[in-house]
Formats: sequence, structure tokens, C-alpha cells
Amino acid sequence: MADVLDKRLLFVTGKGGVGKSTVASALGLVAARRGKRVIVCELAQQERVSRVFRSEGVGFEETELAPNLAGISIDPQRAMEEYLRTQVGNRALFRLLFENRIFQYFAAAAPGARELVSIGKVWELAQLERPWTKKSSRYDLVLVDAPATGHGLGILRVPRTMRDIARVGPIRRQADRIDTFIRDARQTGIVTVALPEEMPVTETIEFRSRLRDEMKMEVDAFVINGLYPERFKGDEERALARAESEAAASDGSLAHPAMRAALAEHHRARTQRSQVRRLRKAVDRAVTLPFLFEPELGLAEIERLSHELERRL
Amino acid sequence: MSPPSSVAELLVGKSICVCAGAGGVGKTTVAAAIAAGMAARGKRVAVVTIDPARRLATSLGIPELGNEARLVEPERLEAAGLEANGELWAMMLDPKRTFDELVERRAPDAATRDAVLSNRIYQELSNAVAGSQEYMAMEKLYELHEEGGYDLLVLDTPPSRNALDFLDAPERLARFIDSRSLQFFLAPGRRGLRILGRGTGVLFGVLKRVTGIDLLKDLSDFFQSFGDMAEGFTERASKVNGLLTSRAATFLLVTSPQSESMEEAEFFRSRLLDDGMPFGGAVVNRVHDLGLAPSANDGDGEARDVAGEHAELERELAGLLGDPLAAKVFRNFEDYRALARHDRASVERLRDRLGRGESLILVPYLDEDVHDLGGLAAVGEHLFPA
Repeated sequence: MADVLDKRLLFVTGKGGVGKSTVASALGLVAARRGKRVIVCELAQQERVSRVFRSEGVGFEETELAPNLAGISIDPQRAMEEYLRTQVGNRALFRLLFENRIFQYFAAAAPGARELVSIGKVWELAQLERPWTKKSSRYDLVLVDAPATGHGLGILRVPRTMRDIARVGPIRRQADRIDTFIRDARQTGIVTVALPEEMPVTETIEFRSRLRDEMKMEVDAFVINGLYPERFKGDEERALARAESEAAASDGSLAHPAMRAALAEHHRARTQRSQVRRLRKAVDRAVTLPFLFEPELGLAEIERLSHELERRL
Repeated sequence: MSPPSSVAELLVGKSICVCAGAGGVGKTTVAAAIAAGMAARGKRVAVVTIDPARRLATSLGIPELGNEARLVEPERLEAAGLEANGELWAMMLDPKRTFDELVERRAPDAATRDAVLSNRIYQELSNAVAGSQEYMAMEKLYELHEEGGYDLLVLDTPPSRNALDFLDAPERLARFIDSRSLQFFLAPGRRGLRILGRGTGVLFGVLKRVTGIDLLKDLSDFFQSFGDMAEGFTERASKVNGLLTSRAATFLLVTSPQSESMEEAEFFRSRLLDDGMPFGGAVVNRVHDLGLAPSANDGDGEARDVAGEHAELERELAGLLGDPLAAKVFRNFEDYRALARHDRASVERLRDRLGRGESLILVPYLDEDVHDLGGLAAVGEHLFPA
């Protein structure tokens, strides 16, 4: 997994609520510490990554978040504008098209169009010579905090779909270039994030086979987020269980709820570990990140997790 | 009067319950648990899910996509400790098939139907991009409602980045269908040029440069064959909207105690009200709760001797468990209390934001993950407190 950060483009995927933004931010910090110039792209427009580093969002501007680490929130409308501008070339014609009301309706609603320009923008950021902005790349690594998906491949599949729809012509060519780039294992990598629970683990395993079947791609790294510590050993559990059953829940005493909480956590930690084993059995290698007993994760916690990740990479 | 504290009360007089919320908050679980709970109360209920985890689907007896509701066998429910006084039906929605069926019903003739169904633009449109899942979920809901036969329909909304997506997506799809006026550009030389004037030819040229002539032709074909049905779709959409804004319907927001999904709750509520849709309340799922009275749990009690309390607990635990284990149990308890304090504060903030008149139903973070009927029963105990 060490060389996963040597790719140019890295997608961090997983279901909603598993901590994709957290892992994307932590990976960004690891790569930045290694001297890479990194940009984290957020596609869900919630700016969860940028808000870890600053109080305001960054919008559709490449903005420095930390040394060597930039962020951008991809706005499909703006990305589409950028793309069309390069396609049309002529400024007056571009305005004629873009300011047409019916075209705007159409472009905003056409199936897959927003998704294609969004992933297109991510691709553009990863190019050495950037075609849409006429800049040369400032980034060694483009990290994508991918939007939550159901069981599908989500945005990764969009360029394939669009190239099939368009068959020939400029959209086909553009979609083809993006698809080829993201399916090139030397350029692009995939990191999945799951919680150590039954459903997310199952979905991760299913995601991997769909990625293989439909895209001929491999997952480069599996991250399991939010693993509880193993605080209690087997004999301790027995002692706890005995004491808990003997101690009546007396008024005002917190000893009983404290022991109950300990047993509950022990039980969860054990269930979690069986899910970690299940994933490891299916995929060989999965990196775990500890559950942090902090109600909300801020920069300090993300830094901590980035060191954990670095150690385990 | 205090707001309902049980989903059963919230659903009095309702025949449609839409569960919305961001991904990862447990929407499907809550929707299924609501349906199971209402079935236990003697209702004939159908839960329509979009993308359930396999094990839950298997547990409900709907192992694959299918647009037919299936009865969850009473024996299964009873084995999981759920009463089966009514009937629980479950369906895993197939958005593509729903869309196809809609086209089949709407098409004026077989030629139009085949032209639409075989058009590649249509195939992508119907294949789970850009709002069609959401649109079809609502469509199915309407269809089931029209057919009658259920006392209550519970809809689990598609996975999305936030709860509002669900409300926006059908609009996006409707707009696309509505942008059929674009066919005037796409097929210039016919009506288009006359209606839209001289700029059109230039615009067409630019569009051609951007998309390519073949794609334009496909689009043109799509809009032409779809054209006659578009009105039917618009009409249908307004009926669906009518149903969702009626007194028969209610929307429940499912959220977690994390700040970002909480923040969304307020937006969601005002957006619903703007759209004339009824907000029924919020379900906060996976709340860390040690089951303690607030005074012992919130840590900011006024004159309480926190340090003294800690010392006493440590002493007591040491007496029961011996030193090293007692210290670990104490530490574990402290960690959990921190989470419980946060969640409690977070729930209070939500209560303030929504207003005291709105229902807020809490489901604690359970010791077991929820992925089968037994789990639904456990969640149900909190959705339907005795």
C-alpha cells in the first residue's frame, strides 16, 4: 500500500457515514508530509475536508489548506463552464450557448452531464498539462473524496457510460480520455473505507468484485475506520460479567452502568474484530484506524489518524 | 401539548410515510423498523426500499430486485420477536423497470414505445442517473397508493449525499424532459428555425461542436419519440406532488447525532414546508446513551461535585473489580460519557432548531449492529416506546 500515494489520482470511496472525508484528509496529510504537492477534491459540495482546516469553505477555487496541501470543492456548473469554454473556443459563441436558457436547463439536467464534468475536473487537475485551465499541474497527487454511493460504482463508472452514449464525437473523446486515465493502474488508485460492521464490510467486498467485473480495476487499499480498542481480556470480561450480575443497580451508584458500558464495549470490540477478520479473509490486507472517543473530529484528530495511517501503510 | 413520542402517534391518519436523510444514518433500517412496528399494530403495511443491504433484504425475504411487494412471512416476524397482527410487505424497487413500465403505459402506440425503450439516451436516463431513482421511487409510491390495498406505505429514499437531494432530483428529471424544446435546435430546418429565429443556426453550430453531430441526432430522436409522452409525465409528476403534499403523507427525517447531519435537519424541514410537504418529525439514530438520568450524565450539572463523584466511582469499582480492571472500566466509562454528553447536547440543539412542537424520536446506539429482523425489533422498541 506504500506506493498508493505515488499515483497521480486517488479515489477514496465508501458508503455514507463511514468516514471518507476523514480518511481523505488524513491521506492528504501523509502525502504532504512526504513532500508531495496534494490537492483534495470534494465532490459532494459539503466541504467536510476544507472545514477541518479552515472555518470557511473553499468553493471552486484551488486553495491552500496546509503546507503542500490544497483543497477544492467541485461545482459541476463551474466545471461545465470551464469545459465548454475550451470546447467552444470563441468567447462570443460560448456566451451565446451558455446564456441560452433552454441550454442551461438541458445541461443542468442531462443525465450524467454533471457527473461527467465533475470527474472531468478531477481528471483535469491530475494532468501534467491541464487542458481546461491551460495551466501546468501544480500537483503530484489528486485525492478525491468521492460522493457516497449505494452499492454501485458511482462516479467511477460515469466516463464509461458517457462514452457508450456518445459513441463518436467530442464528448466520446473526452469521456474516453478520462476513462482510460482512471482505469490505468499506474495513474489512478482506489481506496475504500468501511466501518468494521457487517453491512459496510459486505458492501466493500461487493464493491471490489464489481470494480473488477465492470471496470477491470483493483482496489489499492482497504481502510477500516473506527475500530474500538481491545480494552478487556477474556478473564477480565468474566470478572466483569460476574461483578455486573452481582451488583444490583443501586440508586445513585454509577458502578453498575460503568460495568455495563464496559461489557457492551467489549462485545462491540469483539464483533468488530470478527468483521475485520472477515474483510481480511476476503481481501488479504486491510488497514485499521482506531475509533477516537471525540464527539467531532477536528484537525488534531485528523493529524493523529494521519500518523496512524502512515505507520500502517 | 407535547409532540408525539412514538412513531405510531405520528402516523395516525397517515397512509404514506417517507423516510429521508443523508447516507449512512440508517434510513433503510428505520424505514423497515417503522413498517414492522406498524404491522405489529395490526396494519397492512408495505415498505419500499431502494438499495437495502443484502442481509436485511434476505431477512425480509426480498433477495432480489423486483417491483412486486412480497409478504414477509408471519413466522419470520414472530421468530424475531415481532408481532404479526397485521401484514408486512416488502419491495426492493427496480427504478429501471418502473420507468419502463411507465413508458409502456404512456406510449400512444407500440412504435413510440419501442423507439423510446431502445433509445440509448433513454436507457441511460432510466438507469439510475440524475434523479431517476428518486423520481421512480415517488412514482412507485403513487402507483401503490392508487392501487390501494395497504393501510400504510413506508418509503425508504435512495442513498444520497443529503436529504434534500431526494426532493431536488425529480425536479431535475422533469426539467430534462421539459427541455424537449431543445429539439428545435437539435433538428433545425423544421419548426425550430421559424420559432426561434436567426440565432438558432449559430447556436446549433456551437452545440454541434461541443457534443458532436451523432449525439445531437440521438438526443433529437429521444426528444421526438418522448415528446408526446412528456405532457403525460408532467401531469403525472404533478399528481405525485399532490399526493405528497396531501394530509395522507408525512415526511420523517432520519439523522445521526453528528453535527453535519443535524445541521441539515433544519434546512430539510424548512424546505419541506416551502414545498408544502408535511414534516412529521425527526428520528435521531445511534445516540450514545448510557441510560442514566440526565443529572448523572450531562456533566455540567450546577452544584455537583464532579471530582468527588469520580473518586467515589473509582473507589467503588476498585472494591468490586480490583485495581487494574477498575481503572480500565473507569476510563471506558469516561470515554462513553463524553460521547453521551455530546449526543445529548446535539439532540438538544436540534430540538431548539426544530422547535419544541416537533417530534424527536431517539434510537440509542445499540449493542448489536442492525441487519436482520431481530435488529428491526430492537430498533422498533425505541421507535414505538410502550
